[in-house]
Amino acid sequence: MFFWRKSWRSDFPILKSKTVYLDSGATSQKPKIVLKTVKHFLETTNANVHRGVYQWSARATEWYEGARKTVADFIKAQPNEIVFVRNATEAINLVSRSWGDLAVKKGDLLVSTVIEHHSNIVPWQALAHRTGAKLSFIPITKEGTLDLVEAKKLLAKKPKILAVTHVSNVLGTINPVKELIAEAHKHGTLVLVDASQSIPHLPIDVKDMDADFLVFSGHKLFAPTVGVLYAKKQLLDKMEPFLFGGDMIKEVTLEKSSWNAVPWKFEAGTPAIPEAIGLAAAINYLNKIGMDKVAAHDAELISYAYEKMQAVSGVTIYGPKERSGVISFNLGDVHSHDLATVVDEDNIAIRSGHHCCMPLMHELNIGAAARISIALYSTKKDIDLFIKALVKAKQVFKL
Amino acid sequence: MSEMYPEIIMDYYRHPRFKGTLSEPDIEAKDLNPLCGDMIKITGTVSKGIITQLKHDGHGCAISQASAELLSEHLEGKSLEDVKKLTKEDVLKMLGIPISPVRLKCALLSLKVIKMAAYEKLGAEVEEL
Repeated sequence: MFFWRKSWRSDFPILKSKTVYLDSGATSQKPKIVLKTVKHFLETTNANVHRGVYQWSARATEWYEGARKTVADFIKAQPNEIVFVRNATEAINLVSRSWGDLAVKKGDLLVSTVIEHHSNIVPWQALAHRTGAKLSFIPITKEGTLDLVEAKKLLAKKPKILAVTHVSNVLGTINPVKELIAEAHKHGTLVLVDASQSIPHLPIDVKDMDADFLVFSGHKLFAPTVGVLYAKKQLLDKMEPFLFGGDMIKEVTLEKSSWNAVPWKFEAGTPAIPEAIGLAAAINYLNKIGMDKVAAHDAELISYAYEKMQAVSGVTIYGPKERSGVISFNLGDVHSHDLATVVDEDNIAIRSGHHCCMPLMHELNIGAAARISIALYSTKKDIDLFIKALVKAKQVFKL
Repeated sequence: MSEMYPEIIMDYYRHPRFKGTLSEPDIEAKDLNPLCGDMIKITGTVSKGIITQLKHDGHGCAISQASAELLSEHLEGKSLEDVKKLTKEDVLKMLGIPISPVRLKCALLSLKVIKMAAYEKLGAEVEEL
C-alpha cells in the first residue's frame, strides 16, 4: 500500500518544496505528465484548431477533440455533450443564460441550497431577477447535511431547476445527488450538479446519476485552467448560444448568422487548447491509477485528519463526520486569517475566510473559518505537520 | 516565537482598552474589509478640534484589532489635523511587525475608518492609502 502512495506524490514536481500544501480544494497541483504534455504540444504542434488545413492545425484539432473524448469517457458521457469553458463558474453562467432565459418564466420556481458556493447561487439570483422567477433554498440540518425532508417539499412544487453541489467546499458533505435527481425528475425538474469538489476524489458517472447538467473545473483536477460543462445532448440542441463570435457559427451574412453544431455552438472564439490537452493528460494519469484507488486514499486520509483534529482541544469542526476532501474549522476564538498566517510561518498552506460561501457562514453563525483540503498526493505526514503547527498556534494565541 | 504575532501584538489584541462604542460621538465611521468580511466601527468625541476619546468596535483578526488599539492610543489628545497627517507607514511602524502584502488590508482598515470619521468633520476626501 505504502509504496504506490509514495509514488503518487513524487509525480508532482512542485511537492519537492518544503511547503505542506493543504489547499487542493482551491486548486490542485499538476503531475509531471500534464506539464510535459502541454509543453510537448506547444513545442511541436501548436496551431489554432478547426479552421487550418495544414498539418499542425489538423493535429492540434485532433488533440483538442481527443481531449473532449477523454473527458466524456471519464464521466461516462458522449463527446458532443462536453463543452469546454473557462471554469465551473462560467459553465453555470452558461446554463443560467442559455437554458434559463429560454425555459424560465415569471412565477416559476428555482431551487438551490444554502451550502452552495457563490458560483451556484448568484447566477440563479440573476436569472430570477431577469425573469421574475422565485429562488428558494434547501436548508441544512444541525449535522451539516441537506435537509432531505425540506428538499422533498420544495421539489414537490415542481421547480424548473435544482442547482446543487455534489460535495460542499466548506463542510465536505457528500450530497445524495442520485436520489435528489430521481426525486426532481418525478416532478419534471432538471438538475445541475456542481462537481468541482467531488471530481478529484470520487468516480463520476453522469448517466448513472442521470444529471441534466454537470460542471467542474479542470484546475481542481490536476490540470491547467479549463472548465467543463456536461449537458444532455437534447438540452444542448435546444439551448441558444451563450457567447458569440468565431468557431460557434455555421454561416454569417451581414444580416444574420446560424450556429455551428453542438458542442461547438457554445465555444465562441479560440478555446483553451493547451489547457484542454492538459486536462486529458491529467485524466489519463488518473485512469492509470484508478479513481477507485484515489477515492479510497482520499477517504482514508480525510478521516485520519478528522480524528487528529478532533483530538486537539479548542478545535471546532464544521460538517458531518462522513465527508470528502475538506475540513473547515476554527480554533477557539482565533480569527482564521491569523491562524492561517501563523501556520504559514511553518510552511503549512491552508485557506481562511468565507470560502465564497457567505450564506453558509451566516447559517453556521460564523464570520469565517480555516480550511484544510487534500488530494491524492497528500499524505499522513502532511496532516501530522499541520497538527503540530496547529498545537503551536494555540501557544501563540494563548489558548 | 512568531514573527507576526509577538507578545506585544497579542497583548493589544487580547486586552483591548479602547474597545466599544461611544453613545454620543462627534465623529463616527465604519467600513468592511471585503476580502474577509472584517468590520471596524470607530466613534470619538472631539473638543475644539482635539480628539478627547476614541473607541473601536466590530470584529476582525489580531492584526486589525491591534492596529485599532495602537491608533486609538496614539490619537487620543491629538487633533483632527493630526489624523490627516497620519500615513500608512506610520501605522506599519507602530505595529512593528513584518506585514505581508495580503495582510496589509487588515493592518490598515482602522486607519481608513478613522480617516473617514475625521475627514467627514473636516470636510475632506479620504486619500488612497
